[in-house]
Amino acid sequence: MFGKKDEGLQIGKQEKNNKKKERVRNREIVIVTCFFSLLMLAVIGNIIHFMVKDSEEAINNAYNPRQELLATRNVRGTIYSADGEILAQTVRSADGTEVRNYPYQNIFAHVVGYATKGRTGIEATENMNMLNSHASITNKIQNELKEEKNYGDNVITTLDTALQQTAYTALGVYQGAVIVTEPSTGKVLAMVSKPDFDPNQISEIWDELVNDSESSVLLNRATQGLYPPGSTFKIITALEYYREHNGDVSGYSFSCNGSFSYEGHKIRCYHGQSHGMVDFTKSFAKSCNSSFANIGVQLSIPDLQNTCRQLLLNTDLKTELVYKKSSFTLSEYDTSYAVMQTAIGQGQTTVTPLELNLITAAIANKGKAMTPYVVDRIESATGMTVKKTSPQTEAVMMTEEEAAFMSGLMKEVVESGTASKLKGLSYTAAGKTGSAEFSGNKSDSHAWFTGFAPAEDPQICVTIIVESAGSGGDYAVPIARRIFDTYFGTNY
Amino acid sequence: MGHVISDLSKYVITVFMIIYTLECFVAVATKKEHERGGVYIRQIICMFMVHFLGFAAICLETEDVSYIIFYGFQQILLFATIALFRVAYPEADKLVINNMCMLLTISFIMLTRISYQKSIRQFIIVTVSLIIGLFVPFLVSKLKFLKHLTWIYGMVGVFALLVVAVLGSVTHGSKISYSINGFTFQPSEFVKILFVFFIAGLLTESKSLGQVVISAVAAAAHVIILVFSKDLGSAVIFFAGYLIMVFIATKNYFYLFAGILGGAGASIVAYHMFSHVRTRVIAFLHPWSNINDSGYQITQSLFAIGTGGWFGLGIDQGDPTSIPYVEQDFIFSAVAEEMGVIFGLCLILVCVSCFIVFMKIAMQLKEEFYRYIAVGLSTIYIFQVFLTIGGGTRFIPLTGVTLPLVSYGGSSVLTTIIMFSIIQGLYCIQSQEGKRNVRKERRRTADREAGEE
Repeated sequence: MFGKKDEGLQIGKQEKNNKKKERVRNREIVIVTCFFSLLMLAVIGNIIHFMVKDSEEAINNAYNPRQELLATRNVRGTIYSADGEILAQTVRSADGTEVRNYPYQNIFAHVVGYATKGRTGIEATENMNMLNSHASITNKIQNELKEEKNYGDNVITTLDTALQQTAYTALGVYQGAVIVTEPSTGKVLAMVSKPDFDPNQISEIWDELVNDSESSVLLNRATQGLYPPGSTFKIITALEYYREHNGDVSGYSFSCNGSFSYEGHKIRCYHGQSHGMVDFTKSFAKSCNSSFANIGVQLSIPDLQNTCRQLLLNTDLKTELVYKKSSFTLSEYDTSYAVMQTAIGQGQTTVTPLELNLITAAIANKGKAMTPYVVDRIESATGMTVKKTSPQTEAVMMTEEEAAFMSGLMKEVVESGTASKLKGLSYTAAGKTGSAEFSGNKSDSHAWFTGFAPAEDPQICVTIIVESAGSGGDYAVPIARRIFDTYFGTNY
Repeated sequence: MGHVISDLSKYVITVFMIIYTLECFVAVATKKEHERGGVYIRQIICMFMVHFLGFAAICLETEDVSYIIFYGFQQILLFATIALFRVAYPEADKLVINNMCMLLTISFIMLTRISYQKSIRQFIIVTVSLIIGLFVPFLVSKLKFLKHLTWIYGMVGVFALLVVAVLGSVTHGSKISYSINGFTFQPSEFVKILFVFFIAGLLTESKSLGQVVISAVAAAAHVIILVFSKDLGSAVIFFAGYLIMVFIATKNYFYLFAGILGGAGASIVAYHMFSHVRTRVIAFLHPWSNINDSGYQITQSLFAIGTGGWFGLGIDQGDPTSIPYVEQDFIFSAVAEEMGVIFGLCLILVCVSCFIVFMKIAMQLKEEFYRYIAVGLSTIYIFQVFLTIGGGTRFIPLTGVTLPLVSYGGSSVLTTIIMFSIIQGLYCIQSQEGKRNVRKERRRTADREAGEE
């Protein structure tokens, strides 16, 4: 009796032992199995990462033959302005040939771009979206029965035709650029670059455009034009000085007699004007070069470099717009003359209107710069939203307090300074002018203005450059005023 | 109308593929075989639906009914395979049979869509391979002398590889095949099996340091010949298979890490010695700036996958033929483009479930020789899947190997079917032995009990 029970126990033990042995024997196989399974999961992870992160940009490539394939199946979608106007559309004639038509001709040339002879602007970045069709199944069946092509998805932009037209007309015959954004979201409301072209005739004028190396018509100056910032750089110099003095600049004063000499080098005020006794606010409002050269030599260069980095100079932006990187190269080893030049925006620094607009918009938006975007949403031909851009923070450039201080300075520029042409209107504007000398010849300067309105609750942020026009106050500020007037619906 | 239906069918196909894949893992996780019956039936239904919808889309898109006949033949072949394997080998793992047929189904659809002519060729080869494969488990379990041919496997393998390296014809810059009477063979595929048998034999004899060194030299001989034939993919696969087999046999982590270090060193040497290795690495690192030459293949593959999106462009609605050698090296990208990335990911998971089942079989095998073979073949299988899909999706540099069972290529599909069948054979041996043991055990206990009475 007992013997049998014992044996039963022993068999049980043996089984357990066997299992244990098996586990020990198989440990390496389990390890190898797990390793390869994880390796394959990593492959899957990489594919998902590609699909979510990179695929959209990757497939929108001229080498992707599927674009032509889709074009044979779907009619390229339409580009609309925010107010529902057609900016680009494909017109089909009776014999089935398709022509891309741009009703506004030259006015939206750079921002909307063109789709033959390569692609630029929205025509390039949203190419795949416009070739794809998210039309409803019933709609597709109908088209199929009628043996017609499906309609590709439409692009609804953030652009406002009234603002764009105003900006376009206001820039007149000058070369230059205008960019208008909404500081709280980063929406681009208008973007003009001159010289311009008519995208309807791109094929006919192509050779001429490509061979003309001087005026670079095809370049979108608003995002790709690199200019010396001139006095608009004083925004950065002032912010840096404010930071280094822990938010107290009340002790600053300077006696301007039209120039400032330091270590044997001389900086002159614009047209040699003498500003007399100026405090910090007045130096900024009057754009006193001598005073800012004096401020410049007192700054810590590494800190200034940090501030510039924080303001996204030398930095890649998240925006989908095609842009050039703005550059700030001053280092501790540069001469004091270079430092003075840089402090008033005449050194090696180059910025795009887009970059300057970002900084200005950050000041208007409590220190936070929003990523600029022109595509609000993608809609199917039947009006269903396929994709919507949600505003995204590009960078926190400064504290709220710093933004408020800078905003105060910029308000004073309008009140008592170089942008007084914006004074006494139904809205209060704030901004900074600039007259950037770009050649040895001192009489030639680019006119800058960057600013926003209303100063107390900014809704619109404008940056303007007028090439070789003269002073910012005389040439850029009036353009800003026309844009503000259009936006706030006032006509004087 | 065709467009719309094939547009819709891609969603339905994706759903069936997801169900199929889930069932794979239900089967893997269910311990008791008799509880899995429903899984297999449901899988077969999913497989049938994917096949049917795939060909319906092709017929509608091309408006050519002749595909229906071809479809009928394929359907017969698939059902016959499932039925015959189940009847001939009741012990065989049914999940592996299903997966093999599912992968072949996907292959039939994609290859028919890419090239009707090639798909017919492939269909004939698959049919022959399956007939051969049907006998393999029987042969493996009966021919006990297979264990003792160690050096013959090695010598035949090296000889076959040498012949190609010297006499082979050059395809796509690699010397990997030779032709006899119009039939083109790619010996490195078949030698994979011989190699696994060879190494398994060596390690069964002894696991001493001396024996490991001998096996290392023999393995190196294979790998070096392959590198000189510019068949990098196979070289890496042989190496990985060898390394894992040594590790499993010796349980020695030192060999594993020494092997990995050695492999890394050899890769660096190869990078500096061979320009074609450098080209591949550069294409991997900077595909977009070399889009016109060395980066062309990989960027086209990424375009295909990306443009297809999660649900694909629909069968016959994409442009997979824009990828050079799509039917061999980039079949995964073609599947992802037209049937969708979700479908593609399921396909990867089906391959992984095959691998896991193979390794589970290996764990149950008591006899070392069979155990090492199972481990070696499964490693080679999954590593090849890794190389081709990882390469086509820019996870690793391209090596130009086929996706087993799915890609076009007779040598590849025949070899893979034989590999699958060998593992099935080993599993049958095991379960027969298990049954015999249980019977013996029962008899013994019965005897004992009788004695005690």
